[in-house]
Amino acid sequence: MRLAVISYVIVGMIAALLFGFWRLQIVDSDRYAQLAERNRVRSIPIIAPRGSMLDREGRVLVDNYPSFSVLLLRDDPSEVEKYLPQIADGLGMTLDELKQEIDASRAMPKFQPIVIKPEASPSDIAFIESHRSDIPVLEMLMVHRRRYPHGDMLASAIGYVGEVSAEQVEASDSKLKPGDEVGKSGLERQYNDVLMGTDGMRRVIVNSIGKEVGRLEQQDAIPGKPIQLTIDYDLQAVADSYMADKEGAVVAMDGRTGEILAMVSRPTFDPKDFAVSIPSAEWQALNSDPRTPMLNRAIQGQLAPGSVFKIVMATAMLESKAVPEDFSVFCAGHAQFYGRTFHCWKPAGHGMTDLHKAIVDSCDVFFYTLGQRLGIGRIHDYAAGLGFGRRTGIDLPGEEAGLMPSEEWVQRVYHHKWYAGETISVSIGQGSVMVTPIQLVRMIAAVANGGNLVQPHLLKNLSAKTDHFPLSEDTVEQVTQGMYGVINEGGTGSSLKLQNVEFSGKSGTAQLMSYEAGAKMGKKGKETNGWFVGYAPRRNPEIVVAAVIQGSSEHGGTTAGPVVRDVVKAYYDKKTGQLDRELTTKKDTQPGILAVAKKDPAVAQTQPER
Amino acid sequence: MHKSGGFRDYDWWLVVLTFAICGVGVLEIWSATHASYLAGMHKHQLEWIGLGVVLMFLLSRLDYHLIMDQAPILYLIAIVALIAVLALGHSRFGARRWLPILGGLLQVSELVKLIIIIVMARFFSEVRTEQLGLADLLKAGAIVGLPLVLIMKQPDLGTALVLLPLLAIGAFLAGLQWKHGLAILALAAVMVPVGYHFLKPYQKERVTTFLRPEEDPRGAGYQILQSKIAVGSGGFWGKGIGHGSQNQLGFVPVRYSDFILAALAEELGFAGVFIALLLYMFLLLRLVQNAQRANDRAGMFLVMGVAAVLGFHVLVNVAMVIGYMPVTGIPLPLMSYGGSTTLFVFLALGLVMNVRVRRFVN
Repeated sequence: MRLAVISYVIVGMIAALLFGFWRLQIVDSDRYAQLAERNRVRSIPIIAPRGSMLDREGRVLVDNYPSFSVLLLRDDPSEVEKYLPQIADGLGMTLDELKQEIDASRAMPKFQPIVIKPEASPSDIAFIESHRSDIPVLEMLMVHRRRYPHGDMLASAIGYVGEVSAEQVEASDSKLKPGDEVGKSGLERQYNDVLMGTDGMRRVIVNSIGKEVGRLEQQDAIPGKPIQLTIDYDLQAVADSYMADKEGAVVAMDGRTGEILAMVSRPTFDPKDFAVSIPSAEWQALNSDPRTPMLNRAIQGQLAPGSVFKIVMATAMLESKAVPEDFSVFCAGHAQFYGRTFHCWKPAGHGMTDLHKAIVDSCDVFFYTLGQRLGIGRIHDYAAGLGFGRRTGIDLPGEEAGLMPSEEWVQRVYHHKWYAGETISVSIGQGSVMVTPIQLVRMIAAVANGGNLVQPHLLKNLSAKTDHFPLSEDTVEQVTQGMYGVINEGGTGSSLKLQNVEFSGKSGTAQLMSYEAGAKMGKKGKETNGWFVGYAPRRNPEIVVAAVIQGSSEHGGTTAGPVVRDVVKAYYDKKTGQLDRELTTKKDTQPGILAVAKKDPAVAQTQPER
Repeated sequence: MHKSGGFRDYDWWLVVLTFAICGVGVLEIWSATHASYLAGMHKHQLEWIGLGVVLMFLLSRLDYHLIMDQAPILYLIAIVALIAVLALGHSRFGARRWLPILGGLLQVSELVKLIIIIVMARFFSEVRTEQLGLADLLKAGAIVGLPLVLIMKQPDLGTALVLLPLLAIGAFLAGLQWKHGLAILALAAVMVPVGYHFLKPYQKERVTTFLRPEEDPRGAGYQILQSKIAVGSGGFWGKGIGHGSQNQLGFVPVRYSDFILAALAEELGFAGVFIALLLYMFLLLRLVQNAQRANDRAGMFLVMGVAAVLGFHVLVNVAMVIGYMPVTGIPLPLMSYGGSTTLFVFLALGLVMNVRVRRFVN
């Protein structure tokens, strides 16, 4: 009977359907339970604010401001499509712009909300709040963006923040996740672990159109910790305003502790461009700019030290005792070495010159001769001992080591013997010797304090390491007397005198083109890097300032000297409680500083180099 | 012997099974909607059920032979109604399926199903040969084919397909020959790709989604995926009435109607589904038993027509809920919310009762 067949078909059909349910509800139950949970619960991050940065007196250098990002919930794409025109209209975007934003995040999983507008204006916020019920696909995410109350001041040292890269996520041992904001350079990167907080999580129950209908337990965000820097805002402001339109760097350091009091690198970038994700075109421009605004010249600029290197030479001479202390040279404005003529910066010559006079007047012929007598081996050893050719260990990423050439180095890199003539060039800080401003600061501090090479640092409570390269009392006394004379005995820095301060220093003017090459082309090299490293007091300096002005044709004492003097003066003015109000209020133009200089009898008028 | 059956002659087991299924349905409709803007739906459903019960008993009083005598006129009414709905029907969700009747909206295809059951029963009962001849088979095909095409035009592919098992079961019971059966299967195999070509885009999407749901888990595959998640996450005992997150938060699509079994599976678990499907099995077996005991071939075909339509509904709906078949929009009889569909099922059961109470009439 065919009806019986149909009965069996019915039983078989029900059995087959029950088998289907059994597979879903018994066999795969756990998997589907998880999926149901994922549907039900949406985790919205609570972004932890980054720690702020304060100067040594607690003044804010970097902090945050609250901002809202507009999130688009894309759980149901067809639903989203429907609202787009209304959303574009409400957020003041064109429909195309909005679609572009969405397309840009195409690769992200669909259940993850995307940011369609990183900085919501008050009217955007009002729009979202008032349309909560009829546009359920919009959500606001509170974020904290970096605020730089002093513009680009200290930008190179502070660095910038940005979205974590895939490699960083991988290397972080799952501490970082995609989308996190991390320090990409400078202090932001160096102390990222301290500055970065731990994001919290708001877990909410949502319905099928993504509307929040309930809350689960909340995990609060742990804010990042603030860091106190060794920077003195007042000194920073002085250095910064002088450097505003120049190319170069200034570093001021406490010679006893290694605390960095000011650090300027120009030209620089505006860190606020990075606060809300930088457009890629702008990023390209910054990186390909020939003036290298992304370079922190204070620690990454590797330049010929010029005559500042003569301090190393003097130290080598006195310490090695390879030549007698009363070693003197007659400077006729030029001298012959290895069949070639080397010129002194002063064509008329300095006449009979001993070490003290050689430092004060920066006599090239004296140091050429001294270099020939010492040989590259000794020069290299003392330069290396004073920190050249290796990193100072400052707490900033990307520090360069500079270069202190030696016979061994030439052999290793160029596979030929040392040219004896090169020693003559190195003796006045030319040739292949290259240093960073921070190395020069540390070297001068070490020479003046008897050989303690402190670790420069920007974090206030960092316990700095100190390398020792002991120098004899006689050496320190003679060399520092020389540097005192540079400013106070009519030397190359005589225009920089400060009253009641044992302001000492050494100028340097490094040719970007060698004398020889310049002579061959029938002229003196014009483009120079002007250096000045000044400090006070003469022995055991409290403050050491190095400044380099790039691409000027002037002497280092003229171009770089004034800023060093201004910073040292500001330091002492502050110390003695006389700091002029005008120096504390931020001046973004140079004339403000000059006005101060004119009023103050302790500061001599800036004069052209003799 | 009674002329027409008395009170005791009704199939009370069938009534009990029907009420049990309706009860579960109302409970789940309440659970699925009570916390949303749809709250109160279960009350409407109860009203439909009440009306259905009355219509069921009324229809059972009217001798089915008299009804079958009117088959040609009923068929004509069905075709006219289908053309009317195409011409001036009420459009909802992009399909013209409703006609305004008696101050409400009647889904015409439900009425047509009922009429085609009667028409087919009449047709097959008049085939007096032991084996179904080819001419009769083609004739039956044509009778079903016309309304089928008209329903597909609405478009309502699901309901249109319901007419096919009606034809198949009828032909099978009327002595379908194996060679004809195989020929039809072969023809169908050829026609499927051709037919696919004529589907509406959304219908094609449903088919492709069914075949490859993972390709677009948030788009068209969403419904099936969410349904499976609801079912699977229910586990053995379920999350409890009113506590299914998939159901309560609206992840299960049309959870009070086409996907009501997914909602039930989530909240009452495998245990609940097991009982629900057994109820359906007993209901269908009870129909077959009634067919066996029918007084004549006409009664047998009438009851089996109802069984074919209800069985097909159960199969296609339940298979869809667990992802075994594409989304077709066919409701689960007696459980899904809906006026037209509920009334149709009760009227169909009224036909069964009609046959039942006259089983001893000669």
